[in-house]
Amino acid sequence: MTATAHAPAHAEGHAHPTWQTYTKVALILFALTALEVGAYEVVHRHSPAGFAAVLEPIVVEVLLFLSAIKFALVAMFYMHLKSDGKLLTTIFSFSLLLAAVIIGALMIIFYYLYQHAPTVNQLK
Amino acid sequence: MATAHAHADDHHYTATGIDNRKLAIWTFIGSECMFFASLIGTYLVYKGRDVVGPKPHGEWLLNGVAQEQMLEIPLVTFGTALLLFSSFFVVLALNGAQKGNRKQLIGWLLATIVCGVFFVGMQVYEFNHFAHRGMGYTTNLFSSTFYTLTGFHGTHVTLGLVWLVSVLVVALRGKLPPEKALNLEMAALYWHFVDVVWIVIFPVVYLIR
Repeated sequence: MTATAHAPAHAEGHAHPTWQTYTKVALILFALTALEVGAYEVVHRHSPAGFAAVLEPIVVEVLLFLSAIKFALVAMFYMHLKSDGKLLTTIFSFSLLLAAVIIGALMIIFYYLYQHAPTVNQLK
Repeated sequence: MATAHAHADDHHYTATGIDNRKLAIWTFIGSECMFFASLIGTYLVYKGRDVVGPKPHGEWLLNGVAQEQMLEIPLVTFGTALLLFSSFFVVLALNGAQKGNRKQLIGWLLATIVCGVFFVGMQVYEFNHFAHRGMGYTTNLFSSTFYTLTGFHGTHVTLGLVWLVSVLVVALRGKLPPEKALNLEMAALYWHFVDVVWIVIFPVVYLIR
């Protein structure tokens, strides 16, 4: 009885993508990685003129955005969160939220410390 | 009825309808997210606070002599590509396992392991190269946070490799039929997690100055 009650939910959760989808995702991941490295090279290896001058002020945001897309693609398609149950997505999303809070809290604490804590010279 | 119970026992369903092993690996991955968040956060708060070299980006001085930047982007880009390839290969292996295609399972799983071994090799080479250039674990803030973050990631990749090799051995013995594909799926989930962590580390450490 238990098996029949739960088996359909399990079966629904296993409608994994096909190899064609996996291949498309792989190609997008490689293209995004190439864009990341390309953005780095344009900004840091060439004279700050033209496209590099436009890209330079926003390069950090661009790199983080590209990284976030890659992260989401792997999680959704390769880790099957798109096709598996919502509970798993919730667990992972909550963990990511906590992870973001940890990084944010550390950065705020240290920002405050760098602004207000006495320097080594002042301690002397 | 007996078959139904045997089926239920095989899959260890929880009240959520999700296999408890799958729920466990996702919970573990969730805890790992916070572990790596603390390491990435520590790297970020100390970024650019070094009093002495070596510097990750740009030239730095050693005894008045200009030194090249430490990080080698082309080498690490190659390593990143290998890790992305390996994630692609392991889903193809899982696809083979679920369809009962033993040749596809073993072939792609082997390719995944080869990519992983090359990635670890890349990291060992990088660490060796840095050590030869005088960057020890306690040289400065960058070296300590860099070695800790990437070292822990490398350790996770190595553990993932051990797991994948053990699954490969099981598959080679013919003991990984489609109904036991979850054994590979759990290892694959861990492997993908290692990949997504690197997707964050790569720009944060290597590309953002």
